[in-house]
Amino acid sequence: MSDDLDDLKRAFDAGLPGPDPDKRAAAIALAMKNFDRAQETADLARQTSEPTEKAGIFRGAKLMFAKISNRGLLTATTAIAAVAMVALIPVLQDSQPPEVTLIPANKPEGKPAADPVAQPDAKLDDSVALAPKQPPLEPEVLAEPLDLAFDAPVVMNRRAADAGAAKVGRPMVAPSPQPMAPAGASQMRAPAPASPGAAPSVSLETGVFNFEGGVPATRPLPIPVPDQIVRPDPDTEAFPDAEDNPIKVTAEAPVSTFSIDVDTASWSMIRNSLSRGMLPPEGAVRIEEMVNYFSYDYPAPEGDAPFATHVGVSDSPWMDGTQIVHIGLQGMLPDERPPMNLVFLIDTSGSMNNPTKLPLLKQSFRLMLGQLGENDTIAIVTYAGSAGLALEPTKATERDTILAALESMHAGGSTAGQAGLQQAYATAAKMAKDGEEGAVSRVILATDGDFNVGISDPDALKEFIADKRDEGTYLSVLGFGRGNLDDATMQALAQTGNGIASYIDTLAEAQKVLVDQLTGALVPIANDVKIQVEWNPALVAEYRLIGYETRALKREDFNNDKVDAGEIGAGHQVTAIYAITPVGSPARMTDPLRYAAGDAQPVADETGELGFLRLRYKTPGEDTSKLIETPINADAAPLAEGNWALAIAGFGQILRGSDLIGDWSMGDAIALAQASKGDDPFGYRQEAITLMRLTESLKN
Amino acid sequence: MRIGLRLTHVMRMEVSDESLARAAADGDRQSFALLVGRVYDRVYGYAVKLTGSRTEAEDLAQDICAALPAKLKSYRGEAKLTTWLYRITVNAARDRFRRHSTHARAADGWGDWELARRAEISETAERIDWLMEAMKRLTVDLRETLALVLDGVTHAEAAQILEVSEGTVSWRISEAKKKLKAMQEAEA
Repeated sequence: MSDDLDDLKRAFDAGLPGPDPDKRAAAIALAMKNFDRAQETADLARQTSEPTEKAGIFRGAKLMFAKISNRGLLTATTAIAAVAMVALIPVLQDSQPPEVTLIPANKPEGKPAADPVAQPDAKLDDSVALAPKQPPLEPEVLAEPLDLAFDAPVVMNRRAADAGAAKVGRPMVAPSPQPMAPAGASQMRAPAPASPGAAPSVSLETGVFNFEGGVPATRPLPIPVPDQIVRPDPDTEAFPDAEDNPIKVTAEAPVSTFSIDVDTASWSMIRNSLSRGMLPPEGAVRIEEMVNYFSYDYPAPEGDAPFATHVGVSDSPWMDGTQIVHIGLQGMLPDERPPMNLVFLIDTSGSMNNPTKLPLLKQSFRLMLGQLGENDTIAIVTYAGSAGLALEPTKATERDTILAALESMHAGGSTAGQAGLQQAYATAAKMAKDGEEGAVSRVILATDGDFNVGISDPDALKEFIADKRDEGTYLSVLGFGRGNLDDATMQALAQTGNGIASYIDTLAEAQKVLVDQLTGALVPIANDVKIQVEWNPALVAEYRLIGYETRALKREDFNNDKVDAGEIGAGHQVTAIYAITPVGSPARMTDPLRYAAGDAQPVADETGELGFLRLRYKTPGEDTSKLIETPINADAAPLAEGNWALAIAGFGQILRGSDLIGDWSMGDAIALAQASKGDDPFGYRQEAITLMRLTESLKN
Repeated sequence: MRIGLRLTHVMRMEVSDESLARAAADGDRQSFALLVGRVYDRVYGYAVKLTGSRTEAEDLAQDICAALPAKLKSYRGEAKLTTWLYRITVNAARDRFRRHSTHARAADGWGDWELARRAEISETAERIDWLMEAMKRLTVDLRETLALVLDGVTHAEAAQILEVSEGTVSWRISEAKKKLKAMQEAEA
């Protein structure tokens, strides 16, 4: 809706008078003076208990005179200073802090101090036309639109009419002394002949503001805000709060266990923050999600295995004397995708009323429809105020029905998530019963994070989702928009529901998540995938897992099939990176223990194994896990495109403010990324490099 | 492309308002000087939309700038500086109008200015004047909200600033648009 007003806004910016430069300068000088005084009194307060503000006043005034050279300014500010001092005196008697009373607004007559002096100045300007920034006084400015109307009115008029017709908006025309271009005419009739008196028109519906045709009133004149306005950021976002994984000493804790993570929401959020000119909150930076956002050239699994495991060893780019162990999983891509029953649970609360939320969701949805076939069924449940079934289970091929339902959704009301969630699951259960055998059932929650589902206890909510997961309905979460995005909850819900959490900030991201990787996102090939690495203390002195902070598991959880872990979807790739310090390396951070029991010198040296990798996963629908074991050989070749993963992991560590990468800088990350960019058919990597550059600028 | 375009904005932006505000609160004179310039322009830009009067807007901007050193102490960085600033401006404007009992006068501002513009009859004046005239006839609530949104503030932020619900903001905007449109049609 605010879109419609963009051109009005521009018209306002261009047409409204700018501030009088002298008045502006005077106001700023006054503010500076107040600022200086505030500093002085602050200093004085530290030095003595006896208030000596009077000295402060005179010093402040003197300071001010010393700093001002412009004569007009001097006059103005003298008056300000005088009034300000007068205003100060009664307050001194009350022994109030002086800076509070210096606000001219508090004066009884309600006129600012500078007025009596500054006003004549303004008049002087008016008569001599000194101020170039006053549009009402600028003859050539006024003439300009007139020229436009002369020059190319016919073409432009048609354009305006087209724009109006396309948006079904009736162009509105301002009242004009001359009766050319009456309201609504430009669209209905043939373009009128050029007229010098043609009045500009404003369409509130289309937002087209034009001078008898399409040329927006973008003029560089008195735009009163020269700086880019930083979009205010409401503070209701929640991110998981996880410390960086610390360095572990192999001799003390040789086993590292974690659950895999194929989410990519973190990367999109980082991108979104950076492109708005802000560094992302540290909690939003999850390195494993950043690394997994990109695809790598890992060989596909052979035979029936759901995924292939690859291990690589290389030198660390971050610290001399340390090494990187790279673990890469490549999920298989089935030739035929099973049919899908998808229930979209769409948040249509008032907060979704934003171009980056509901409208983007609708567009994304349209993109995705193209990927679904006649065997797939879709239903839409909305929740806002009251939950409702917006679309009965419908074959994905019935595009018209689906799109009509999509169009009829409007944002409004508050969030009533619980009823929506229950209805979504009930619908999914019904679809599973009526639908085809072997279909994958999934609820896809699309929200901006205002998910107060009514189940007040978040654990109860998780339990509900876990129960449904065990019944065979999974849950994925699509996050939209910023402002009150509850990233932590989003993550937790998707994790519990065996789904992925994605954050969709642009249509390009929707393309990636819902088109390019739709099968992976919706068809699981391995559930509860856990990784456990046992490091060999004979070769590895220290190790550190990079990322996966929110996915850590206990050592005993690995063999416990009751413990939930991450899923791999069809074609998904998962990359995990360890930084290790070999025994004897000068880069070692910890000293060996003096009193530790005997030096254990195990098998390793002849095997040349840095460690041993164990993987557990469950085939979807089964309850018992399978085990894959692979040794990590010290001489393993580096993984394909491993350096790209390292560049991204380094980028993430810098964003998180890690102190474990030495002097490695953003510049190094960019250089490494540039060198390892490789084949980049969709431009994702180039985008990453751009973001790194942006980070570098923002950090300085 | 999108990123590239934003990049230039970011570069130009250089130091964020928030860091300037923090530095200024800690007594950094240069930061304050930079900040107060931005604040003046921003407050003026909004106030002139709200009041339609250059003098009123200049007065408001000056009041707020003069008070800024003291006000900054109450800025805790929990909201973005612009949000905080808009809230202060809206309140200052309301106070001001109340003091002058100038709900009427606020509207007069638009009238005065419009007359001044009429004096220099020109096409540009016409185009703006229609907006001015129309804006003048909106209620204070609608005008306050519309001015914010015209200033590029999202509905959610406007809701925060005006301390009403987001739904109210959206309603006011559509109401304002409806009114403007109705006026337009009445004249056509």
